Amino acid sequence: MNELLTKNQAEISNILAKYPADRHRSAVMPLLYLAQRQNGYVSRQSVEDIAEICEITPTEVVSVVGFYTLFYDEPAGRYRIQVCTDMPCALQGAEDFLKNLCQNVGIKIGETTADGLITIEEVKCLAGCHRAPVFQVQGDGDIVYHENQSVKSALKVIDDLRDKAAGEVKK
Amino acid sequence: MTTPLILLRHREIPNLDQLEVYRQNGGFEAFRKAVTTLQPVDVMNEIKNSGLRGRGGAGFPAGTKWSFLPTTIWPHYVVANADESEPGTFKDREVMENNPYQFLEGLMLASYAVQANLGFVYLRGEFWQLAKKLDACIAELHKAGLLGEKVLGSPYNLDLQTHLGAGAYICGEESALLESIEGNLGQPRLRPPFPAVYGLYGKPTVINNVETLTNVAPIIQNGAAWYRQFGTEKSPGVKIFCLSGCINKPGNYELPMGITFRELIFNYGGGVPEGRTIKAIMPAGASSNLIPADDKALDTPLDYESVMANLGSPLGSASVIVLDDSVNAAWVVNKTVSFFKHESCGKCTPCREGTYWMNTITKRILAGKATKEDIDLLAAVARQIQGKCLCPLGEFSVSAVLSGVQKFRSDFEEFIQ
Repeated sequence: MNELLTKNQAEISNILAKYPADRHRSAVMPLLYLAQRQNGYVSRQSVEDIAEICEITPTEVVSVVGFYTLFYDEPAGRYRIQVCTDMPCALQGAEDFLKNLCQNVGIKIGETTADGLITIEEVKCLAGCHRAPVFQVQGDGDIVYHENQSVKSALKVIDDLRDKAAGEVKK
Repeated sequence: MTTPLILLRHREIPNLDQLEVYRQNGGFEAFRKAVTTLQPVDVMNEIKNSGLRGRGGAGFPAGTKWSFLPTTIWPHYVVANADESEPGTFKDREVMENNPYQFLEGLMLASYAVQANLGFVYLRGEFWQLAKKLDACIAELHKAGLLGEKVLGSPYNLDLQTHLGAGAYICGEESALLESIEGNLGQPRLRPPFPAVYGLYGKPTVINNVETLTNVAPIIQNGAAWYRQFGTEKSPGVKIFCLSGCINKPGNYELPMGITFRELIFNYGGGVPEGRTIKAIMPAGASSNLIPADDKALDTPLDYESVMANLGSPLGSASVIVLDDSVNAAWVVNKTVSFFKHESCGKCTPCREGTYWMNTITKRILAGKATKEDIDLLAAVARQIQGKCLCPLGEFSVSAVLSGVQKFRSDFEEFIQ
């Protein structure tokens, strides 16, 4: 049984309809985003399901996951805080920003907080060089930019994400 | 000199990202004119005559690119390249965020010119919010009868789709981009055949940058002669210059082609912070040569010919990174090679291995563990990448390295014990 397809029938037919009828393979990236929305990474089961929908081998799906940096084959924090430290951002203090943010949150680059919510990562250019420091938050099937940041404003973003998660638990 | 804004019109017209407002300000008149009164070839010729050149970096004449599609092979596709990922570049994002319909109208006109019935916008995965926005715009266009079957009562059918990448700079290279839409690894193809003949799904395909396409509707509306009043003879029109690095007012500046670096940096960018002096400029983001900021460089006009002739470096996407005298060139070089090492797709050995070694050597230099010979070794590795790869990424990765070692060698030697 194709779990991904059963759970998301309508959405998957919309994705497939974006491409010419005989080009199911083109749906592999949108389907990986869909699979990742569930728990933040692409599970082995999702790989099998996507391979079946796209009519390719699981190995081909895994190679796509491995090639593109926004796909993950293992879990991390629910929210990935991805800070750009490329040259124009670094000239505006992005490296110090990242270091101080990590210190304040109490984790190292690449690590996840004990509550499993926040992972801080260093990434390449986000096309926000004029509004550095800049980071994006990837999680819950979304990617959101935060520009002109300070450690204080970034900690506020993290607090808001924690509040959001706590609110869901109460419900 | 002030010219009216052509691309960043949203800075003067509030809510231009709403279809109604865009149409109140002349939006989709060019598209209406084209599909109801012009032949596809007329649209193509108008763009050819305007001299509009590709704004993604290569500067290839857009109308000529469109004319390469053979009319014996169908269907045709048009793809907008919205994979903006070059460090120092952030112009297409501003356009799509605030003036999305003018960009889409350009994509629709390009589609009409080559009689494509399906067009794609390929966005980098990080532009998730922008993809949602464009999807909503496309839905509005369907509702308004501007997309779909028999648009505006003409016999022409057109649909547009967005496709999100997932964090790979290489997908800005047009053949890698096509591979990515097809669901493959974003690795460049061996060319020829070029995408104009063998593109998306093996069919004739036009690929244009977002900014290029955003110029198209105003040109069709006002004519090629109007467009040629701006810019220089060989580089007509306006350009969005991205200004970043050591600069007081970083941002996007829409200006006629041919203004000088000095004007851009001082008149518009407000100069460098804390009264420091400019040491070097990189005219095309991280792919650029490191160019010493002498009078000759600062007085060079920003157009495709002058930058190449005076400075031996392409204008590229005109993403000008300013470096002041507090910045060490070896550090800059390490930053650029670390970027290209991360983004190399791994297909060509010289690029895959070379960017790894350039990164390793520059890290060794910065750590104070290198010898003078390592500086020459770095340049030697760079020269072995030059001209030996399928796509320009390998070439880009050595620009700052070779120019940096040549022009700013003492910056590297500072780290040698």
